[in-house]
Amino acid sequence: MADRVAPLDLIDVDALHSEEELQVRDVVRRLVADKVRPYVADWYERGEVPVRELAKDLGKTGLLGMHLTGYGCAGASAVAYGLACLELEAADSGLRSLVSVQGSLAMYAIWRYGSEEQKQQWLPAMAAGDAIGCFGLTEPDHGSDPASMTTRARRDGDDWILTGVKMWITNAPVADVAVVWARTDDGINGFVVPMDTPGVTANTIKHKLSLRASMTGELVLDGVRLPADALLPAARGLKAPLSCLTEARYGIVWGALGAARDCLHTAIDYATSRVQFGRPIAGFQLTQAKLADAALELQKGYLLALHLGRRAELGLLRPEQVSVGKLNNVREALAIARQCRTILGANGISAEYPVMRHAANLETVLTYEGTSEIHQLVVGQQLTGLAAFAS
Amino acid sequence: MKIVVLVKQVPDSGAERNLRSDDNTVDRGSANNVINEMDEYAIEEALSIQEKHGGEVVVLTMGPSGATESIRKALSMGPDSAVHVADDALHGSCAVATSKVLAAAIGQLDADLIICGAESTDGRVQVMPHMIAERLGIAALTGARKLTVDGSTLTIERQTEEGYEVVTASTPAVVSVWDTINEPRYPSFKGIMAAKKKPLETKSLADLGVDASEVGFDGATSTVVEHSKRPPRQAGNKVADSGDGGVQLVQYLSSEKFV
Ligand SMILES: Cc1cc2nc3c(=O)[nH]c(=O)nc-3n(C[C@H](O)[C@H](O)[C@H](O)COP(=O)(O)OP(=O)(O)OC[C@H]3O[C@@H](n4cnc5c(N)ncnc54)[C@H](O)[C@@H]3O)c2cc1C
Ligand SMILES: Cc1cc2nc3c(=O)[nH]c(=O)nc-3n(C[C@H](O)[C@H](O)[C@H](O)COP(=O)(O)OP(=O)(O)OC[C@H]3O[C@@H](n4cnc5c(N)ncnc54)[C@H](O)[C@@H]3O)c2cc1C
Repeated sequence: MADRVAPLDLIDVDALHSEEELQVRDVVRRLVADKVRPYVADWYERGEVPVRELAKDLGKTGLLGMHLTGYGCAGASAVAYGLACLELEAADSGLRSLVSVQGSLAMYAIWRYGSEEQKQQWLPAMAAGDAIGCFGLTEPDHGSDPASMTTRARRDGDDWILTGVKMWITNAPVADVAVVWARTDDGINGFVVPMDTPGVTANTIKHKLSLRASMTGELVLDGVRLPADALLPAARGLKAPLSCLTEARYGIVWGALGAARDCLHTAIDYATSRVQFGRPIAGFQLTQAKLADAALELQKGYLLALHLGRRAELGLLRPEQVSVGKLNNVREALAIARQCRTILGANGISAEYPVMRHAANLETVLTYEGTSEIHQLVVGQQLTGLAAFAS
Repeated sequence: MKIVVLVKQVPDSGAERNLRSDDNTVDRGSANNVINEMDEYAIEEALSIQEKHGGEVVVLTMGPSGATESIRKALSMGPDSAVHVADDALHGSCAVATSKVLAAAIGQLDADLIICGAESTDGRVQVMPHMIAERLGIAALTGARKLTVDGSTLTIERQTEEGYEVVTASTPAVVSVWDTINEPRYPSFKGIMAAKKKPLETKSLADLGVDASEVGFDGATSTVVEHSKRPPRQAGNKVADSGDGGVQLVQYLSSEKFV
């Protein structure tokens, strides 16, 4: 049999990267192989992750807030950050979510909109993985439409009193600090809320059938009293949290490809060794058509991600361009995962193989950080000039 | 304390490796070239000594120009600078010549401690630490699974087949390490980015005052004259159990030194 070529080597995408980018990728690949892959299926099954331990390892390498500068952050390029997300999500979307929420949502919000004191207090500890952050935007009754959020912050002397409920908050059950978005008389504002403040409760959301290797919680804010300096001074209006989401979404554009790659590698390995009707199932034309189509989508997605990354490095990446990437790459990754699952037959539904886990995870990834429908509307608005979000 | 770590670039032992058919040297062109695995442990040991006792860590490599890639990777783990001995005349060097070159380079660095792997995965001759120490007239503490530094006193636990020996020496000295000694760190992203800017000095044989005739094929004291692929694996032995199957299995395992 002739040598096999890895799906992403078909068009030699490595040639598009610098030595440094490939080195970052190799380090993350190694870290994940040592510290995550051997255990993640078990974490997933139990619905528990040793977040604190993992965060320390991730922090040591520089993965937390890696694309930010100063305050103990690595200051890596957008493409290096993307490659890291890809390798993390090749292990599990939950792991990538941990890193996205920490670095691109919680840390980025403080880094971009925080006061110097807030930055000094939180960023170095968060970069090291000693402090875990979460980001509370979504509410039980307000998901795609965060502008209508009901969590309120009112003034009491110099203090702020926060009341409301945030839902589906990644890392909330293990967090030390939450960046919470709430309505004030000025519109939408952000607050840095230490999780040990009286009145803050995080309840773990159980019975998830997706993203089980990630902690998700409900964040209850019951008359939480915060000092004046808890406010993120530079964050004005909904634009601020949305800009954080653009950061995290950019990581998903790459991350989803990791999950897809892992599915495709697994399917190819399986199909070349599984024999039915006297030959490896990879030798059947229908199987090859599935594999070829999946490899094509994977590479197209990769080129798209890389293009967006290079735009980001020039400071030219626009939010709607990230929507194009998130919509396409997550949708295609999910399609690849489902197709690969069929190739594994009954084994495809077993936790012995990562494919079903990736497919289930990608259902979350399709929904969070803007649902696929919302991104269709974003792209649609660009094409037509008409906003179709509300009647 | 100034620590020099010897780092060799070798073909990845986990992938396909070959010797060249024209001159019987390692085929580096077709190989995935990486840091000799044992040398990562040497780097880690040097860095953890530096963390405790301060000082400076310098990477020293002899190898073709492509070895810079491995040197940068070594630097991304944390050492301060590197010296790369590269010279076309070095191609085909034997262990004796290699030790001459490395010793000359170390001589220019004024090191208190030289740490290297116990063996490389390509040549595997396991003699470099001894030869270098001999040339420099300093102690060789070889095959360490543990190293303690107390002022100028070095103490190692030398790993042996039966257990370990405790050996001490004073600096300067050469210490070679096994992979039982520590757990090498991952390069950090900051380290990767900083590595590009760290000083990397390239030296020729002339810079070291070594004559080209003493190294390479010309100066080789031994030459690989022929090589062939290992024959394909034979079918295994079947043990038929007629009451003594267990005994036969144990005999086999002990004859192969598995137990
Ligand atoms: C595991 C997990 C982790 C999460 N982590 C976080 C987190 O850390 N922080 C955080 O703030 N949030 C988090 N979320 C929440 C996530 O961002 C929201 O679930 C998402 O924004 C969608 O909101 P919703 O679930 O309320 O759905 P809804 O907004 O109710 O949407 C339901 C359906 O209606 C569609 N829809 C809505 N509006 C329109 C429209 N105008 N036109 C067409 N279709 C429409 C949607 O596309 C979707 O298909 C997480 C979610 C999950 C599942
Ligand atoms: C298949 C093969 C067979 C060989 N047979 C012989 C032979 O029979 N006789 C002979 O004299 N030579 C032989 N050589 C050459 C010899 O391996 C090289 O000269 C080599 O550079 C030194 O030996 P080593 O790597 O095996 O040293 P080892 O003593 O096994 O290596 C120990 C440590 O020394 C350090 N080190 C070794 N080389 C370098 C370097 N170039 N730069 C920096 N640090 C280094 C590393 O830290 C390494 O972990 C052979 C090489 C090959 C590939």
